[in-house]
Amino acid sequence: MDIFNQTACQLIKMLQSKEITSRQLVESVIDRIGAVDSKINAFVYVDNTAALEKADEIDARRANGEPLGALAGIPVALKDNLLYCRRPVTCASNILKGYYSSYNATVVEKLIGADAVIIGVANMDEFAMGSSCETSCYGPSRNPWNQDCITGGSSGGSAAAVAADETILALGSDTGGSIRQPSALCGVVGMKPTYGRVSRYGLVAFASSLDQIGPITKSVADNALLLQVISGYDHRDSTSINEDVPDYSASLGESIKGLKIGIPKEYFLYGMDSDIETATKKAIETFQQLGAQPVEISLPYTEYAIATYYIIATAEASANLARFDGVRYGNRAKDADNLIDMYCKTKSQGFGAEVKRRILLGTYVLSSGYYDAYYKKAQKVRTLIRDDFSKAFQKVDCIVAPTSPTSAFKIGEKIDDPLTMYLSDIFTISLNLAGLPGISIPCGFSKDSLPIGLQIIGKPFDESTILRAAYAFEQNTVFHTQKPNLV
Amino acid sequence: MEFEPVIGLEVHVQLNTKSKLFCSCATVFGAEPNTQVCPVCLGHPGVLPVMNRKALEYAVLCGLALNCSISRFSKFDRKNYFYPDLPKNYQVSQFDKPFCYNGFVTIHVDGKDKRIGVTRAHLEEDAGKLLHSDAGAGSGVDFNRTGIPLLEIVSEPDISSPEEAYAYLTALKSIIGYLDISDCNMEEGSLRCDANVSIRPKGQKEFGVKAEIKNMNSFRGVLKAVSYEIDRQTEVLLCGGKVVQETRLWDADKNMTFSMRSKEEAHDYRYFPEPDLVPVVLTEANIEEIRKYLPELPSARMKRFVMDYGITEYDAEVLTGDKKLADYYEDCTRLFNDYKSISNWIQSELLRELNDRKLPVTASSVCPKKLTDMLRLIQNGTISGKIAKTVFAQMFETGKDADTIIKEKGLVQISDPDELKKIIADVIDSNGSIVDDYKGGKEKSFMFLVGQVMKATKGKANPQVVNQMLKDAIG
Repeated sequence: MDIFNQTACQLIKMLQSKEITSRQLVESVIDRIGAVDSKINAFVYVDNTAALEKADEIDARRANGEPLGALAGIPVALKDNLLYCRRPVTCASNILKGYYSSYNATVVEKLIGADAVIIGVANMDEFAMGSSCETSCYGPSRNPWNQDCITGGSSGGSAAAVAADETILALGSDTGGSIRQPSALCGVVGMKPTYGRVSRYGLVAFASSLDQIGPITKSVADNALLLQVISGYDHRDSTSINEDVPDYSASLGESIKGLKIGIPKEYFLYGMDSDIETATKKAIETFQQLGAQPVEISLPYTEYAIATYYIIATAEASANLARFDGVRYGNRAKDADNLIDMYCKTKSQGFGAEVKRRILLGTYVLSSGYYDAYYKKAQKVRTLIRDDFSKAFQKVDCIVAPTSPTSAFKIGEKIDDPLTMYLSDIFTISLNLAGLPGISIPCGFSKDSLPIGLQIIGKPFDESTILRAAYAFEQNTVFHTQKPNLV
Repeated sequence: MEFEPVIGLEVHVQLNTKSKLFCSCATVFGAEPNTQVCPVCLGHPGVLPVMNRKALEYAVLCGLALNCSISRFSKFDRKNYFYPDLPKNYQVSQFDKPFCYNGFVTIHVDGKDKRIGVTRAHLEEDAGKLLHSDAGAGSGVDFNRTGIPLLEIVSEPDISSPEEAYAYLTALKSIIGYLDISDCNMEEGSLRCDANVSIRPKGQKEFGVKAEIKNMNSFRGVLKAVSYEIDRQTEVLLCGGKVVQETRLWDADKNMTFSMRSKEEAHDYRYFPEPDLVPVVLTEANIEEIRKYLPELPSARMKRFVMDYGITEYDAEVLTGDKKLADYYEDCTRLFNDYKSISNWIQSELLRELNDRKLPVTASSVCPKKLTDMLRLIQNGTISGKIAKTVFAQMFETGKDADTIIKEKGLVQISDPDELKKIIADVIDSNGSIVDDYKGGKEKSFMFLVGQVMKATKGKANPQVVNQMLKDAIG
């Protein structure tokens, strides 16, 4: 048995019983990264020295009998869009290469407060714009199950690192599916919490009204554990909600007998991939066997979700990314003749194609004369999509659907076809528009032995229910026990 | 053809909150560049704004003072444009749901009251300041000002002359001074004003094409720029030309406006709701809580001064224009009962000394107690009004009280007839012909004789006593 391929919950017990030390754990993970990351490219950087120092500190404190945080000694990977004071953060973009954070994101502060060991920073799509991790300036991360395939994105590095046992826990961010979709494609557990559950302070914004940070883990119990640490109201984020954070781990083992599970008919109509359809239907049967009660529901505005999303998300992004202008920080084009030229060259050289496409799209939809036709209409449809879910949740406790319409596709397969690429988020995007929590858990494998994810969607601030359903499913299936063969 | 001007003013008032609008940085004026900054106001990646509740209260308070309706539901929006002094390359402002709307300011011009409509007043964040090196070493940005709360107050196009524009600004400054929410110092930039100016044939209902005038740095500058612009547009139209919609800059040295950009070059600000801030909902109770802080405003105070102290409307207006001055006056009225005399002394001597030194009334070395003690000495005949002016100047200069100065300089008025008897006799003796002139009916000669007595006593003789004694002596 290797140390690195255990879950956080198992490792915490082993650390507490002094079966292993934090140093052994961190060394094991560092060795694993050394052994496999050249194949996976999950990490932008790994801070061995700092991680080992932290591990030693935790070991010493444990030896002294000092009280320790919930994640004491457990390695956690950050996504490259979370600010960690005095460390580089680039959002996988050339425009920010060489930029160092001047403060800690709230979630980073919380990890530090929980005595976690921040092991390194994971790869992602540039500015979280992408569904395959291919828009990264560091090159794509590769799927641990098949290195010719994408990891999904944008939190592809985080999901791949967890799947390849290069970290124990990871944080991602999810604007349209960026946690859930790569988690599905890499065969791990990923949760997008309710909008407002986790502070966005220190998360480099892509689309402020949609972004949410969440945990990517090897098991549902680990997911509950990490969510517990990062959740809660933060006065620095006006959109974070002052709601009590329940004990997510406490209710995990409770029965799901009688739980009403909504099956949205619109999610099974799209000339669906047969592997995904089979796995999802089987999963529903499993839930039924566990005593849950499937109920067909309708989310009629689903077909407008992608269009709505790409208007709202790009509009917000066009403003959010305006600050990367070469004036105060980041890379500035050197050969500029004047101010406008400097802006143009800096952005032309600094941003990749997908980011430019979205900035242009967002600028267009906000332009005078087009605002009403695009942005305003999209906001109205967003309300209708939210209402769809509110109505559905009057009948059901949670909703079950596929996470992704396909399993991992080949690197390069869709990168030149943005519209096809955008369809990757068809099942995840509505939740961001509605602000709802959703978790993706492994629920099967494709004919090509690639993981398939099942998405469980919850009511606002009811992460407990979807965690409980996810845990019940996980404990009664074996998909999560399977590991990619990397060595 | 006769034209009439149509003027609307956009005034930006820097609120004097201790911290910025969306972060906790200090807002002290004149600090070393970039010493009052943080990741939030520098627009670093990942930062989020948090609204300063005080700024909201100030905005609502100002709205109430300007007779505005207060929005129960407002929100912030992003105004997008690129400029190096704007760290995020968007300004957080308010577009379609300002905190305050539909109010008015009453101005007083040519003895008449006129209401100038206030379309809206909204909160937004200030930008930084570009600093250009003379040595050609490039430009820098000072971000200390970035994020300081601004209240933008937009008037209706109800202003019909440069003088009304000046009166509007004066009234606005006075009200805001009473609320104590801004220094309103145009030179320091805590109050900025842009003017929308157009002209139309007298009697025409439709507006003419407007020009927006920027870059005025004093109230007088606004007066001059608006006057210039009206003349310029009149000339254009009279010569058969057309006024074009554009933004023009006022050049205070050349006393002219210059075209800066045309309508075609205007920015498309691409406003949209700021997703990082939640909408602001104000309940009736919230608004009433803020209303409690509404002080007596200048117009009400002016009317009360006329009623309570029996001074003229003009005097009351001067005294109440500045809250601190009005406070000073009222402090005096509690110590001395000749209200008219207090008003005169404040408006003539005190204001002159203060204006000469560019001091606010709160920095006066003559406090209400010292002023009224001096006025009492005039009232009881210890010093003459004329001597009092010298005494006052000394008081202001040295900070000493009137008693001390009078004793030190021997300025006590001579009212004792015994002391004056000999001097008066001497003056009559040595001015025989003038005495005769007076007796012959030449009234002016009498004043000359009084003057001679005053001269002999170095101005210390009590004029009333001298008058009486001279008359008695000459008969």
